[in-house]
Amino acid sequence: MQPKLLLLDDNLIARILDEAYQLLLKPGIKVNNDEARELLAAAGAQIDPETNVAHIPEQIVRKALATAPREFYLYDLDGNPTVKYGGDAVHFDPGSSGIAMLNPETLEHETTETAHLLKLIKVAEQLPQYDAQSTAVVCHDVPQTIQDSYRLYLALMYSKKPIVTGAFTNKTVIEMIDMLSILAGGKEAAREKPRAIFDVCPAPPLIWSNFGAGNLIELARAGIPAEIVSVPLSGAAAPVTMLGTVTQHTAECLAGITIHQLAKAGSPVVWGGAACIFDMKKGATPMGSVETAMLDCSYAQVAKSLGMPTHAYLGSSDSKLVDAQAGLESGVTAMIGALSGINMISGSGMLDFLSCHSAEKLVIDAEGIAMAQRMLEGVKVLTETLATEFYDKNINFKGGDFLKQRVTMNLFRKEQHMPSNVIDRDSMRDWKKAGSLDTFERAKIMVTNLLASYKRPELDPSKEQLLHAFMLDLCKKAGVESLPVLEEFEPA
Amino acid sequence: MSEELYKQMAQCIIEGESEVAIELAKKSIELNMHPLETITKGFVVGVNYIGDQFGAGEAFLPELVMAGEAMKAAVAVLEPELLKLGEAREMMGRVVLATVEGDIHEIGKTLVGTMLSASGFEVVDLGVDQSAEKIIGKALEIDAHIIGMSALLTTTMVRQREVIEELDKEGLRPRIKVMVGGAPITRAWVEKIKADGYSEDAVGAVKIAKELVGKADQ
Repeated sequence: MQPKLLLLDDNLIARILDEAYQLLLKPGIKVNNDEARELLAAAGAQIDPETNVAHIPEQIVRKALATAPREFYLYDLDGNPTVKYGGDAVHFDPGSSGIAMLNPETLEHETTETAHLLKLIKVAEQLPQYDAQSTAVVCHDVPQTIQDSYRLYLALMYSKKPIVTGAFTNKTVIEMIDMLSILAGGKEAAREKPRAIFDVCPAPPLIWSNFGAGNLIELARAGIPAEIVSVPLSGAAAPVTMLGTVTQHTAECLAGITIHQLAKAGSPVVWGGAACIFDMKKGATPMGSVETAMLDCSYAQVAKSLGMPTHAYLGSSDSKLVDAQAGLESGVTAMIGALSGINMISGSGMLDFLSCHSAEKLVIDAEGIAMAQRMLEGVKVLTETLATEFYDKNINFKGGDFLKQRVTMNLFRKEQHMPSNVIDRDSMRDWKKAGSLDTFERAKIMVTNLLASYKRPELDPSKEQLLHAFMLDLCKKAGVESLPVLEEFEPA
Repeated sequence: MSEELYKQMAQCIIEGESEVAIELAKKSIELNMHPLETITKGFVVGVNYIGDQFGAGEAFLPELVMAGEAMKAAVAVLEPELLKLGEAREMMGRVVLATVEGDIHEIGKTLVGTMLSASGFEVVDLGVDQSAEKIIGKALEIDAHIIGMSALLTTTMVRQREVIEELDKEGLRPRIKVMVGGAPITRAWVEKIKADGYSEDAVGAVKIAKELVGKADQ
C-alpha cells in the first residue's frame, strides 16, 4: 500500500473545480497570444478584443480534459521508459534554471557557466534517486539568445536520463524540439519516445502570456510533452488563502490544457506548478515553507480528481548555505511531495528561492529522497507469518540470533535503505577517526568521487556531430563564432 | 577439477550457504582432497573476501555472520578427517569470550566469536553477565591464549579493568592476553587498563587476535 497524504475532501475538490470554472468565465483568462485566442474563439470562447481576455465556457475545457492523455512516459537515451507521468508514480529531478551555484570552498554564489552545469549533470547522472536530469542552471558564457537551447544541448551530450527543460522564447522552443529530433532520429521518433518535457508557465493571476501560450501550442503540435508550471503567490499574485490560491492555480492549468489540446488533441500535458506563499515580512517566495508543500499537495489532489499527470516544485530550500535549514526544508517538502503522489518533483539541489544550485546539496537531497522513496514502499508483508516463523528451534534467546538467519540476509535490503556515506551512522570514535566531518564536508567528498567516476554516455557519433553542428550554427547566428570547449568531445 | 571446487567453496561461504558448504566439504573427502588444503584454498578464501568487503562497506552484517556460520559448518565436516590424518588445521589459538558482569549486550561479542571461529580460533563463548572469577576460571580450564571481553555501557566497562587486575594479581599475564571491545571503548581506555588489544569491529578483532598470538601473517 503506497501511503498517501490527503489535505482535501471530495467536497472541497468539487468546490475548487466549480469556482475555477467560474473564474474561466468571469473574469476570464487574459491570453496574450494571437493564435491561442483564435483557437479559443473557434472553440466557442468569447474574446474581448480590447483586453485579450477570453471567457472560456466549461464544455470547451471538459472536452480538452477528455482528450489529454492520462499517462505517458519519458524515455532515456537507450529508449527505455524510465519516467512515468500518471497515476501515483513519484519521480524526482534537480531544480531548473538556477542562475548561480554555491562554491563549496569560498561559499560564494558564483554566476553559472558551462562548467557549473556539467558538474551538476555529472553528479545527478550517477544518483539513482534522480530519474530525470534538469537543465539546472543558465550558462552565462554563451549568448543570451541561445542559453535555453545550449542547456538542453549539454544535457543531451552528457546524460542518458530523461530531461526536464524549458524554452525562453517561442522561437527557441522550435529549435529545442529540432535538437531532440536530431538525437531521436526524426520528429516522429522524438514524439513516439519523448526524451524531454518542457516547463511552460502562465503568469499569475490568470494570464497566459504570448510566450507561454505560444510554447504550449508549439509543443502540442510537435507532440513533445508540456508541463504547466503555474506559479500563484498566496497573498500577492493570488488570494491569501490556500484554497483561493489552489482555485486560481486550477483555473490557470485548465486554461493552459484547453489551449494545448485545441492546438493538438491528445498531446501529453502535465498539471504542474511552483505555487508558493508570499512571505509578508521579507516579501520573499519561500519555496521551503510547509505552506508551499501544502499548496502543491492540494493542487495535486485536484489534478488527480481529473486523472491528470502531476508536477510540483519541492525539495528546495531558501537558505544560502547547505546547512540545517537546507536539510530540513528540503527533506520535509520532498517527503510531502512524495506522499502526495506527485509524478515529477523538481527542486532538489537548490538554495536561495530557486536561484542557486549546489552539487553538494544534490547528494544530500538524494538521501532525503531515498527516505521518501522508502516511505512510499510502505510497510511490506514479506513473509508468510509475520513473526512466528522467525522463532525456530535454534533460537536460544540471545541477542544477535536473528543475524544468523538466512531470511535476514535475504530480506534486510528490502526493508532498509542503505544510505550513502553522506549520512553519518559511525560510532563517535569512527566519526572522529574519519576527520569529524559534518554533512556538508561529507557531501563535498562524495561530489569529488562522483566527478571522478563519471563517464560520458556513448552517443551515436554521427548524431552527436549533427547536434553539435546545429548548436554551433545557433551560436553563430547569435553573433558568436565558437562554443565553449567541452571535455570528452571532439567536434568533427 | 579441484580449482573449480575451491572456487565453489569460496562462493558458498560468500553466499552464506551452510548446506552447500557441508556438501562441498563432503565431496572433497570423497575425492580424497587434503582437508587442510580444502580449508585454506577453498573456504577461507570466501571468508577473507567477505571480511574485506565488509571492511570496505560493500558487505553488511548479515552477510558477514552467514559467511562465518557457513565456514564453521564446513570446518565441522573436515575436522574429523584432519584428526584421522593425525593433523589438525593449525589452531590459531584458544579464546574465552564474555560480556562482563552487569552487562547483557552481546551482539558485537557474538560476531567476534563467529569471525574468530571462522578464522581458525577455538572459541568458548561464555555469554553475558560473566564475573571475573568465571572468565578467568574458564580461561585456565581450557588453557586459553586470549580472553576477550565486551561491554556496551560506560558503567560496566570498568569491569574489564577488574578482570585484568585479577589476572595480574594471579601472575597470569602475559601468558593470557586480553582483548576488549564495545561501543564505549576507546584507545585511551585500553591504555589506561593496560589491555593488550582492542578492535572496533569483528573483522578487526580477528586481526588483533592473530597479532596477539604471534600469527599476524596468517
